[in-house]
Amino acid sequence: MQVGIVSYGAYVPHYRITPQEIGRVWGSDGELMSKNLLIFSKSVPSPDEDVITISVEAARAMMRRTKVDPKLIGALYVGSESHPYAVKPSGTIVAEAILTSPNITVADYEFACKAGTAAIQTCMGLVGSGMVKYGVAIGADTSQGAPGDPLEYSASAGGAAYLIGSEELIATLNHTFSYTTDTPDFWRREGQPYPSHGGRFTGEPAYFKHIQAAGKGLMNLAKTQPTDYAHAVFHQPNGKFPTRVAKQLGFTDKQIEVGLLTPQIGNTYSGAVPLGLAAILDVAKPGERIFVVAYGSGAGADGFDVTVTDNIANFNRGAAPTIKEILQNRTMIDYATYAKFRGKIRMQEGEVS
Amino acid sequence: MSTARLWRENPSRYNLAASKCGVCGKVFFPPRNVCSTCHRKSIGKMQQLLLSGEGEVYSYSVVHDAPSQFELLKPYVLAMIRMDEGVMLTSQLIDVDPKKVEIGMRVKTTMRKVGEDGPAGVIYYGYKFKPIT
Amino acid sequence: MREVAIIGVGDTRFGELWDMGFRDIGIAAGLAAVQDANLAAEEIDALYVGNMSAGRFIEQEHVAALIADYSGLARDNIPATRIEAAGASGGLALRQGYLAVASGMHDLVVVGGAEKMTDVGDAMAAEIQSSSMDQQWEVTFGATFPALHAMIARRHMHDFGTTREQLASVAVLNHLHGSMNPKAQFQRAIDLKTVLNAPPVAEPLGMFDCAPSSDGAAAVVLCAMEKARKHTDKPIKILASTQASDTLALHARSDITSFKATHVAAQRAFKLAGLEPKDIQVAEVHDNFTISEILAIEDLGFFPKGQGGRAVVDGQVSIGAKVAVNTSGGLKARGDPIGATGVAQVVEIVSQLRGTAGKRQVAGARYGLAQNVGGTGATVVVTILGAT
Repeated sequence: MQVGIVSYGAYVPHYRITPQEIGRVWGSDGELMSKNLLIFSKSVPSPDEDVITISVEAARAMMRRTKVDPKLIGALYVGSESHPYAVKPSGTIVAEAILTSPNITVADYEFACKAGTAAIQTCMGLVGSGMVKYGVAIGADTSQGAPGDPLEYSASAGGAAYLIGSEELIATLNHTFSYTTDTPDFWRREGQPYPSHGGRFTGEPAYFKHIQAAGKGLMNLAKTQPTDYAHAVFHQPNGKFPTRVAKQLGFTDKQIEVGLLTPQIGNTYSGAVPLGLAAILDVAKPGERIFVVAYGSGAGADGFDVTVTDNIANFNRGAAPTIKEILQNRTMIDYATYAKFRGKIRMQEGEVS
Repeated sequence: MSTARLWRENPSRYNLAASKCGVCGKVFFPPRNVCSTCHRKSIGKMQQLLLSGEGEVYSYSVVHDAPSQFELLKPYVLAMIRMDEGVMLTSQLIDVDPKKVEIGMRVKTTMRKVGEDGPAGVIYYGYKFKPIT
Repeated sequence: MREVAIIGVGDTRFGELWDMGFRDIGIAAGLAAVQDANLAAEEIDALYVGNMSAGRFIEQEHVAALIADYSGLARDNIPATRIEAAGASGGLALRQGYLAVASGMHDLVVVGGAEKMTDVGDAMAAEIQSSSMDQQWEVTFGATFPALHAMIARRHMHDFGTTREQLASVAVLNHLHGSMNPKAQFQRAIDLKTVLNAPPVAEPLGMFDCAPSSDGAAAVVLCAMEKARKHTDKPIKILASTQASDTLALHARSDITSFKATHVAAQRAFKLAGLEPKDIQVAEVHDNFTISEILAIEDLGFFPKGQGGRAVVDGQVSIGAKVAVNTSGGLKARGDPIGATGVAQVVEIVSQLRGTAGKRQVAGARYGLAQNVGGTGATVVVTILGAT
């Protein structure tokens, strides 16, 4: 049976900080960082937000746009590298918040920035095999970068949710292809607050190698070439890597333009490709084909060949904010407020007295 | 905070589960087993419903002096919100400039952390409100 | 039901009483009242203790037994009862004592109220006080006690045009009264500017719009009127003691610009006493926040709804005006040891009706009223007293 996207929803926190402001505090040239990374601002979650609240907002937006009864959802997965609990799944709270029945399977995923797309693949399998009628796949993060580290200029927060089914699809998921190896380019040990990375090792042997392999494998499987696609979205840790890998694979700047959000909101990690795809679905026309390749450090890339259907013309997109509307809804903050919000300031411990 | 005490109320904190008197139509949030107007006549006649999540600000205050669990949020806007179903509740307004809050402002619900039992404890989620733009 | 009189009163200073523990302040007020009534311990039939939260402030429950023990009254194994209704604990304890004597069950009872708030820090004191609100549906979501009253003030300002200056005038007036009360926590007068410029607590209320945390105790001795003149030449009669309840959560009310429980309890009290608001010369009202006094003087019927703020500014509740409000300094300046407050209000009214209020004396005071509030008006007790 044909499997695809029935609905989608997105959420990005309200606050933003600029690389210039971050550089100011650490004695770095924030302006230069901004130019090198092609990031103008990144999103900052409020102290009362986390991957669970972001996932709920995205999933609720997804449900507002469709008439599907949440009780028919048979599976729900939240992919993130900043789940609020090390043990206790984010997914159970999200499931109750969107009114699923208890007759559902839930688990949390982790695979750096591609945990959300891994969730989409799982839902494709469950729906395609007839095991569930609908599955929900969410990619969301409130990623942290160590103070003063280059990652601090890009690590941000946001997420998107996808309702996967086999009926009334707004887009078909024609093919998926993944490429995975053991490559330690970026990691975080249990209990550590900030991730570590291999510097330039994160480029060629990691991001570029895996996306290229998955991308080529996908086009091989789908028997397509870059010109078949109206849009393409790649994992976007900064504003420059996706442009380069796109070119390497034969895609143009124009094709990746709509889905490239990192310059405005920073790298939302597991939310990055799901949000980029949402931006494309906000404007895509029936019949258009979309090329999607997510990348997660550690390392792996998931590719998807997507075709927009006629149903998108009747899709109730207006029931929730579009990516464009989300991007406009923002307030700038300074580094002190950012550090306070992100829990980087050591607070008084102990009980109330 | 008590894990079980707050868990029990998840349907109301997550999804605004309320009740409505089958006799007089009055809506209660949180849900009640007995209508405060109809008393015994309402027993067994209370209906379940979920509030739509939209309402307007009835009154508000910018809170500066706050308990330690709200240290990172203060000053925050506390508000009494009259929901469209008529019932009123107390919550915070977020993602809004405190100076721009007005009585009568239209707001809608959003999911946020409302507290936690310390850094090793359970996290509690519930409703806060943001302006309808 | 027979008539009941107050034949003795006693109280401690209110404030941060570092050298006195809970037992010390409880006993001090009770002893003073018993001495004032010139009684021997064996004449006392029962003890009623108003206290909001000794269990959390000093980790001690069962405080009626404690006070009975340390006062020596347990020697005769008299019944001792603790009453709790948040801020109305004291007034409610008085009502329970009144009912016991009026019913004929007892002839002579001691009613005391006590709270020791400063053995915990400010943050904990605020948390304990917040348990008078709806824990599950107000406090969990960030409501603080001042914040709820601030929302009342905001709505009152919206509906009636009440101003911050009018709110601040309540604090100024009560501090002026406090400066004449040697037992008050704050004995310095303050000016309007100080109140208006004070750090915000929950807008529009600032630090000087809010009563302090305090230690303190107050006590009265109640006696059947028919036996009162054996003990004193100036028994003060309890003409009415009424009580009303309302929803726990403020958001469950239909109107937050008045406390319906005050209005209901007051109407019942005036009916029982055969009086009207205009007959009252002196009143102690529950000004834990400046807005609360404005609500009280409206809800009690002293001024039309919405006019309370103007009345304060126009001097209509000052000493010498038609009704003098909070001559003790109120909760604001006199202090607010939660369980003691309701009893202390009555101690002040008794002093006024006896003519022993010194610099704060209201000339010719014949009838007085005390209004004691629990939470944001979920419990209200009104007591009307008359000189004999």
